[in-house]
Amino acid sequence: MKKELLKGNVAFAEAAIRAGCEAYFGYPITPQTEALEHMSKRMPELGRTFIQAESEVAAINMVYGAACAGIQTMTSSSSPGVSLMMEGLSYIAGSEVPVVIVDIMRGGPGLGNIAPAQGDYNQMVKGGGHGDYRIIVLAPATIQELIDLTYEAFGLADKYRTIVAVLADGSLGQMMEPAVLPEMRPVRPVDKRPAWALTGAKGRDSHFITSIYLEPLDEEKFNQKLLETEAKIEANEVRYKELLLDDAEIAIVAFGTAGRVAQTAVKIARENGIKVGLLRPISLYPFPTDRIRRLADQVDGMLVTEMNSGQMVEDVRLAVEGRLPVSFYGRMGGVIPMPEEILDEVRKLKASITEKV
Amino acid sequence: MEKTEMIESLIYTKPRSLQPIGTHYCPGCTHGIAHRLVAEVIDEMGIREQTIGVAPVGCAVFIYNYFDVDFAEASHGRAPAMATGIKRANPDKFVFTYQGDGDLASIGAAEILHAANRGEKISVIFINNGIYGMTGGQMAPTTIEGWKTTSSPMGRNVELHGYPIRMSEILAQIEGSAYIVRRSLHNVANIRRAKKAIRTAFEVQRMGLGLAMVELLSSCPTNWKISPDEALKVIEEKMLPVYPLGDFKVDPAIQKHGKGW
Repeated sequence: MKKELLKGNVAFAEAAIRAGCEAYFGYPITPQTEALEHMSKRMPELGRTFIQAESEVAAINMVYGAACAGIQTMTSSSSPGVSLMMEGLSYIAGSEVPVVIVDIMRGGPGLGNIAPAQGDYNQMVKGGGHGDYRIIVLAPATIQELIDLTYEAFGLADKYRTIVAVLADGSLGQMMEPAVLPEMRPVRPVDKRPAWALTGAKGRDSHFITSIYLEPLDEEKFNQKLLETEAKIEANEVRYKELLLDDAEIAIVAFGTAGRVAQTAVKIARENGIKVGLLRPISLYPFPTDRIRRLADQVDGMLVTEMNSGQMVEDVRLAVEGRLPVSFYGRMGGVIPMPEEILDEVRKLKASITEKV
Repeated sequence: MEKTEMIESLIYTKPRSLQPIGTHYCPGCTHGIAHRLVAEVIDEMGIREQTIGVAPVGCAVFIYNYFDVDFAEASHGRAPAMATGIKRANPDKFVFTYQGDGDLASIGAAEILHAANRGEKISVIFINNGIYGMTGGQMAPTTIEGWKTTSSPMGRNVELHGYPIRMSEILAQIEGSAYIVRRSLHNVANIRRAKKAIRTAFEVQRMGLGLAMVELLSSCPTNWKISPDEALKVIEEKMLPVYPLGDFKVDPAIQKHGKGW
């Protein structure tokens, strides 16, 4: 496969198609609309389902229905639209049907703006909808990662019967980069649908898919089942990337676009003789807690930088357990930090550590 | 001694499409009748193994326990959206939603309207009893003017709470709907007409004509706080003038087909 110049939104939509996504349901919202537009053309071409729903509320429930029928299905949206989908996502989590969602985040709260932001970390990583559940959340930093993670998301969703969210920001949705698209997989044949799928009770007992357990002990049993799945996910699916951490005295922890900017900050810092490295979590749930814990034994301090007011930093601090200073630098409102700003924060952190010593 | 031969003929049995168990519905509630009619139609069409139901939130939330067909449980009001996903994934199957008036006419008004507008090939069974049953008798969008409920204790005041909403008349205006009728479950003659309409709603799906909905005027003696037989009289005397029975939309292809099913 050769490299093509691809826009993020188009790239992940095409990656989903090539992963075998059989039905897409969505609603236009900036900055992810190109994905919906791409689907509106490509899905009918391939004889697959595309519906522009009347709302994000309807879209996620169409996804829910299609997933119950045992086909690979997805939606994509941006922050305010994803908020509308939270009810549906909670029901989907409560029914254990596999679903993929891509959130191209923008500035908020409220209508906010259409500029890139990372303010939906808590919403996605901590569950978002009502009740006890977690979903796999994957955060790309390049168009290639956006493609690869979307492609992989369908398999993960099936494997754990869970929701997999690809959490990117508006800059990844809108920018173009050279990237390679994966090979086309066929859609799942009708006779290969999972045994639990709703396909009509032909030659078997009828069954149902529900998220209601009226008896508290039954609900608790179901909650425990979700916990067991989460334990497997935490054991198998932690992903992150490292840059120059071996001899680092300061570690920057950043995801997605903020992580990409931090990479440049690390490069400049190294040129200036400052021993800085980067840990870029790719799976935000499961979070690379163990790696951060081990890193805390090595470095003198950590700087978390995010395009929000400080959300992932709480998870970093939980992993560090107060053993060393964890500082935070965030830009909000759709502002992307510059490498120099991050570098300044590294210097401040380094100075404060030296003072204490 | 003369030998008498006893001949037994089976005239009544539980439909195959229903589970051999009792329901949780209150005495006098017409949900049981509506369930049975749907199950009889599924049996008579021989489509039990090809049918997928979508349950609402409301009194019928556990309908999947009573039917012996595949079922999904939707969130409140979203059954038509969920049914859309199921039907698009299973275009050769029969998909139906079963929804109350809070579910369909209030919180799910957008979903039913747009499912109809897309001409989704699903059948909708709409139970209109003018009240929220499961939560204990609150005002529904279908509650008749003046009716006292736990959330309209002085009676529904249309100036404050709006008017009883006529979903069949609204959906009949939508181009994608193929068959929209209102029937009632207050006596035997009307129950028989209701069954014919349900059969037609499923046949419309077989013919792929568009969305079909049968609105069923139903009673809720518990929350209306009257006896079951009084409740049936209330349907006849109070509901029928507000919710006239009739065929609001019948696709010409159905008329052409006649009543041959």
